[in-house]
Amino acid sequence: MIPAARAAEPAGAPAESYLAHGRGPRAWLLTLDHKRIGVMYLVVITLALLLGGVFALVLRLNLWRPGGGLVSNDTYNKLFTLHGAVMIFLFVIPGIPAALGNFVLPLQLGAKDVAFPRVNLLSFWLYAIGATLFVAVLAVGGVDTGWTLYPPYSLEDARGLGILLALAAVFVAGFSSILTGVNFIASIHRLRAPGMGWFDLPLFLWALYATGVIQIIATPVLGITAAMGFMDRLFHLGLFMPEYGGDPVLFQHFFWFYSHPAVYIMILPAMGIVSEVVSVFSRKPIFGYRYIAMSSIAIAVIGFFVWGHHMFVSGQSRWTNLVFSFLTLLVAIPSAIKTFNWLATMYKGAIDLRTPMVYVLSFFAIFGVGGLTGLFLGALATDVPLHDTYFVVAHFHFVMVGAVLTAFLAGLHYWWPKMTGRMYGEGMARLAAALVFVGFNVTFVPQFFAGVAGMPRRYATYAPAFLGWNRASTVGAFVLALGMGLALGGLLASLRSGRRAPANPWGAASLEWTTPSPPPHENFEATPRPTGPYDFTGLRRVSDEAGWIRVPAEAAP
Amino acid sequence: MTAPALDRAVPAAPRPRFLAGHFEDLGAQTETAQLGIWLFLGSEILFFGGLFTAYGVYRANHLELFRYAHHFLDWRLGALNTVVLIGSSLSAAWSVRCAQLGQRRGLRATLLVTLLLAAAFMAVKYLEYSHKLHHGVGWGASCHPDAEILGELPAALRAVPVPARLGTFFAVYYLMTGLHGIHVLAGMGLYLWLLARARRGDFGPEYWAPVDTVALYWHLVDMIWIFLFPLFYLIG
Repeated sequence: MIPAARAAEPAGAPAESYLAHGRGPRAWLLTLDHKRIGVMYLVVITLALLLGGVFALVLRLNLWRPGGGLVSNDTYNKLFTLHGAVMIFLFVIPGIPAALGNFVLPLQLGAKDVAFPRVNLLSFWLYAIGATLFVAVLAVGGVDTGWTLYPPYSLEDARGLGILLALAAVFVAGFSSILTGVNFIASIHRLRAPGMGWFDLPLFLWALYATGVIQIIATPVLGITAAMGFMDRLFHLGLFMPEYGGDPVLFQHFFWFYSHPAVYIMILPAMGIVSEVVSVFSRKPIFGYRYIAMSSIAIAVIGFFVWGHHMFVSGQSRWTNLVFSFLTLLVAIPSAIKTFNWLATMYKGAIDLRTPMVYVLSFFAIFGVGGLTGLFLGALATDVPLHDTYFVVAHFHFVMVGAVLTAFLAGLHYWWPKMTGRMYGEGMARLAAALVFVGFNVTFVPQFFAGVAGMPRRYATYAPAFLGWNRASTVGAFVLALGMGLALGGLLASLRSGRRAPANPWGAASLEWTTPSPPPHENFEATPRPTGPYDFTGLRRVSDEAGWIRVPAEAAP
Repeated sequence: MTAPALDRAVPAAPRPRFLAGHFEDLGAQTETAQLGIWLFLGSEILFFGGLFTAYGVYRANHLELFRYAHHFLDWRLGALNTVVLIGSSLSAAWSVRCAQLGQRRGLRATLLVTLLLAAAFMAVKYLEYSHKLHHGVGWGASCHPDAEILGELPAALRAVPVPARLGTFFAVYYLMTGLHGIHVLAGMGLYLWLLARARRGDFGPEYWAPVDTVALYWHLVDMIWIFLFPLFYLIG
């Protein structure tokens, strides 16, 4: 590690920011600049989140009464299918790596761009095509199979055009994800700033590296499965249809071989954001750096051998179930390593409750509950009775929505000044964070209880005994939506009226904070000299306007 | 202890034409391209891996069917295509060496040979496919072999009734060889592109990364065929 870094001093005329470099739609839509591609991802991902969120609100309103009635049961089935598919394939999977990762990764490396900028643009456009295909599914009448698209039901003749479009969307969006993974791994290997070793990487990059491994290895299996399903449906091959000698359980194996590791595509980058934010806003170097880095890799590796726990009730052999159950519980170890290291980072730190930190504290609570309830589902004996109940719905929303969404919002607020050059209003953002936390818990905690009491998932109606839990859940969903709306509104308002952001508003030590906010087109005016990403020595707060400046060691008092 | 920025230490040499802005030199760019293509090929292996797994599962579920159905495939044509593809891999590897040594004529010749051998592979594949489809050997539900193609089977098999699920074998066969064929076509497109660039004189001892990365891709396509050939044509 190089001991001292240069203070972020303006040298001559400031370079033109990336936002001002080239105007008009072409300069955005065909840009090779990773920062602009990240921003475009962010826009589309936010739209997907809004779409999936509206579906969720309609679902929750329909569940206000045990008999439903707001929409037909058929429409309900289609809405929950698209809610799942849009949220998973268009928001949580690409959300953090493609949007925030694209923007931040080269900056944290001290590089001018990702390794393959053209591939990066291709990846964005594949994602946009995938998203369009999902919207087209809606236009042709939707699909009612659930997001897992299980055959034989999904491949029966009655399913129509929607299923073909959905499978094509999965295939195309999958390739976008693979190409992003290739780009990120190659960038981290090859484009680190001079003097930056592997253990000088910010932990967000370790998380993106582990994510990239999963994207490259797992996603192609989903791609080929979608292609097989597509051809099966189109030409009646019967590959997954038992009456033609096909094997529907094989589809489940393929599907979860991707879709379980995909859970770690979602959560690992979220954990990376948490590692950054918790250290900066505790004003303490991260505790157990190498353990957090290696636990990301461990999660990525173990995550490949646990997919069978989604199939405990599919009829696979009981010995298979036993092995998958054991392997699943192993994931708890690296997850706990991370959690305790984060808590140890906060211990005796000077905790600054800015919005990103508030979201991270929400993350700890939500991820803690989500992770611990996961143990019940990983353990064979408790999974079988809980498998098709709302307990599972609550569990995966805690991990995939609660944890990922709060970390996404933490990261979005943390890097917002860097992306836009504007500071958002703290008061409103903190209020939004509180509403998101309360709303989320009011929505999903009742579902644990309803699930344990036996309420089955996926139905448009329910027994009147579950009325109270469902009403609470619906109220919570609207509080959550209000919080999200407030957060979005606050961020958008800052674009107009926000204070100009300094280069380093938080006193963070990683390289993206050594360049102006927003960064110039070339990212850095000179090749940066990395310090440790959590080395806060010499960082002094000057003022709100000037932010934090690193004082060279010998000049410090 | 303010160190001078590293940029200032670099002498102001003219930047090579094909050096992207975010790399220091062509060596770094080439190594990054090689890493990228290896990662992508890893992904490709998993992509085909799904189908190979499916092959294993269906073979285990329908062993008799697979033993019967492989007689529809002509091992001589499969062997011919294997030789053709291995030959094309040789010329692909040769083209990389030509580019690195700056042998422009050799580069154009080896790229052309690779392209022609790939086309020969597809021509043989076309003959195989059209022969089968012409005689009703489709996939899935549309597999109804006619008397003529059944007459080509070994005598011992002609006595056995046609299995009901013959289309399952051919679904796997057409999917795997078809996906491989698509990869061959993509490779032909890439070799056309390389050939056009080689004619323009883009490649030389400094800049040969595209020739190298496409050749790596081509070797993978070749390797996959080397597994497909015995699985479908040889083992009974």
